[in-house]
Amino acid sequence: MSRPLLLRGGRVIDPSRDFDQTADVLIQDGRIAGLGPNLAPPDGAEVRDVRGKTVAPGLVDVHVHLREPGNEDVETIASGARAAAAGGFTAVCAMPNTDPVTDNQAAVGFIVRQSVRAGLTRVYPIGAISVGQRGEQLSEFGEMVGAGAVAVSDDGKPVVSTHLMRTALEYARTFEIPVADHCEEPTLAAGGVMHEGLVAMRLGLKGIPAAAEEIMVGRDILLADLTGGQVHLCHLSTRGSVELIRRAKEKGVRVTAEVTPHHLTLTEHACEAYDTHAKMNPPLREAADVAALRQALKEGVIDCVASDHAPHAYDAKEAAFDDAPFGIVGLETAFGVCYTELVEGGVLTLPELIARMSTAPARVFRLAGGTLTPGAPADVVVLDVTARWTVDPAMFHSKSRNTPFAGRTVSGRAVLTLVGGKPAHETKDLRSP
Amino acid sequence: MTVGLGKDLVGLEHLSPDQIRLILDTAEPFKEVSERPIKKVPALRGKTIVNLFFEASTRTRISFEFAEKRLSADTVNVAASGSAVQKGETLVDTAKNLEAMRIDMVVIRHPSSGAAQFLGNRIRSNVINAGDGKHEHPTQALLDLLTIRDKHGTIAGLKVCLVGDILHSRVARSNIWGLSKLGAVVGVCGPDTLMPRGIEELGVCRFRRLEEAIEWADVLNVLRLQLERMEAGFIPSLREYYRVFGVTLERLEKAPRQLTIMHPGPMNRGVEIDSRVADGSHSVILDQVTNGVAIRMAVLYLLAGGRPELADAAKGPSGGGGGTSE
Repeated sequence: MSRPLLLRGGRVIDPSRDFDQTADVLIQDGRIAGLGPNLAPPDGAEVRDVRGKTVAPGLVDVHVHLREPGNEDVETIASGARAAAAGGFTAVCAMPNTDPVTDNQAAVGFIVRQSVRAGLTRVYPIGAISVGQRGEQLSEFGEMVGAGAVAVSDDGKPVVSTHLMRTALEYARTFEIPVADHCEEPTLAAGGVMHEGLVAMRLGLKGIPAAAEEIMVGRDILLADLTGGQVHLCHLSTRGSVELIRRAKEKGVRVTAEVTPHHLTLTEHACEAYDTHAKMNPPLREAADVAALRQALKEGVIDCVASDHAPHAYDAKEAAFDDAPFGIVGLETAFGVCYTELVEGGVLTLPELIARMSTAPARVFRLAGGTLTPGAPADVVVLDVTARWTVDPAMFHSKSRNTPFAGRTVSGRAVLTLVGGKPAHETKDLRSP
Repeated sequence: MTVGLGKDLVGLEHLSPDQIRLILDTAEPFKEVSERPIKKVPALRGKTIVNLFFEASTRTRISFEFAEKRLSADTVNVAASGSAVQKGETLVDTAKNLEAMRIDMVVIRHPSSGAAQFLGNRIRSNVINAGDGKHEHPTQALLDLLTIRDKHGTIAGLKVCLVGDILHSRVARSNIWGLSKLGAVVGVCGPDTLMPRGIEELGVCRFRRLEEAIEWADVLNVLRLQLERMEAGFIPSLREYYRVFGVTLERLEKAPRQLTIMHPGPMNRGVEIDSRVADGSHSVILDQVTNGVAIRMAVLYLLAGGRPELADAAKGPSGGGGGTSE
């Protein structure tokens, strides 16, 4: 067994118990063994002075694309897990749009094995809703859950058939897993490459109207109400979606939702000059949408932050806007961007941000983690919110560099990430006695 | 202070009114070159220009080619079909290969909006946008401006209405910028299915009925209706389009003043425009084509570093070299 570890004197924030005070955290045998002021280190324990730092449950990201199997040139489960650890994440959920599609127990098992082999941030597979993500026949949810899947989604390909979405929500109830949907009405969004608005008009680019998302958000809410299943709405981008979810939650519909750091901080104007690093789906929208998303995250109408980490080859974005792929990497910038924009920006408190990036996503997907309760697995992050750093994609642990945040100076980064008590990431500047 | 154009011409949105006027004024002396028996001046002698056309074009490509040849440049035409592009070469690779051949200028037409700027940001050669996707077609708008100025003596204060498929039109976007910057009042008219949402934010007047636009305008610039718009469901039929939005003689006869009729071509007679209007006395459609060569000569000359005040001398039989200083 590894040495016990005592994290001494940090600001300990555990949103699962509304805990926020200076304390010590003791980690032993891979679990949280104690939490309180002035804990005595057991014999042989390593003591780390984390005064001035924040100790929190490790961050959880329910929406990442790790490209393995199929496109290992741009990311693997190991490189993605490394990037996640560097970003302070102790658990991530990998979307099934791999090649071949993660739509059966063998494919799910492969991801679990690769995650264990990497031995870093935990990678939980999400199984496909339909065989081959083709939107026709349900995948074997039961066997996939048996092999380790934590949710189902056809992400990237919206579930077009309303009947299929209904049966998915019904069938998922047996296994108590959420059905995650990328909300996009495909005939309305067809050919669109950015938000339908003034910038798209000036640039001569085909827009994706906000209604393309909201129609499917509305449909999915109605189906969740009909079936009693849990629908999880991915990467919301519009103020209209926020209003639909707010009303559904008031009514008691089982709907949960996520928002990305980029939709919380950037607008359609990031696409000016045809910057392909601002091309993502759903697209960056308007300032009023950003404001509504921030408010919804604050109020809990949107449950959690998810990165939608989407690696692409360095030259794939080196193309005309129409021809570039959608998506950006986000694991290594998520906390810094959110801390700077939302906490320093006065939208959320630090405990609220940690709740939205750790406790809430763990709860929504029923994952271990998101808590520092004694006895829980020691998935812990030590954050230095005073650290100012400039995003340099060349320094990413991810294999890909496609980010719109390059060159931006942000505050806050993970200095130590522990997964099951084991360091998965550690910066050199963390003082050790 | 001298006004320049910078390295590239990708659109009119980011040009100043002075820069636009500079191009129009520089085009004036070049008009005469095309009227000579020997239509050639030495202004761009020794310059190499590639016409890189990823989309079919007759008028614009030929107009550029004449402009280049009348300025004595060496030109190469590359069409997408039959080139490496068709074999899957990316735009950035095409750009780098052109750069490696040490060319001076690229005239690019491309189906993707932003392609000209993309190329301009990656190569040292001057880049001229000959139409990129639904974004801009600056030389078309410039020749439209020149034609309006020729006809009306001024642009400021004129009411110019663009009619038809504004949504998919790069000509419309460039015209809106150019006309607004020179003080014209711009109108747009067409069905909502072919109109960008929020177009009023650009400061243009919105007309849903052609009769209202005709009553309002001094100039109608009638845009080509791409026939594939019907298949894509934007309009029910060409027949109905003509009946509702066709610029017909009967409609024009009700106008309170004589309208100038323009069309960037190629025309669909009997779809967006009545033949009797296209061929009629109000039409300046062929003047637009003539001015196209002069405008493109002016743009090439200015981007190559030619000094506007020397344009007149540069075109003279003994005034060679004025445009080639670097």
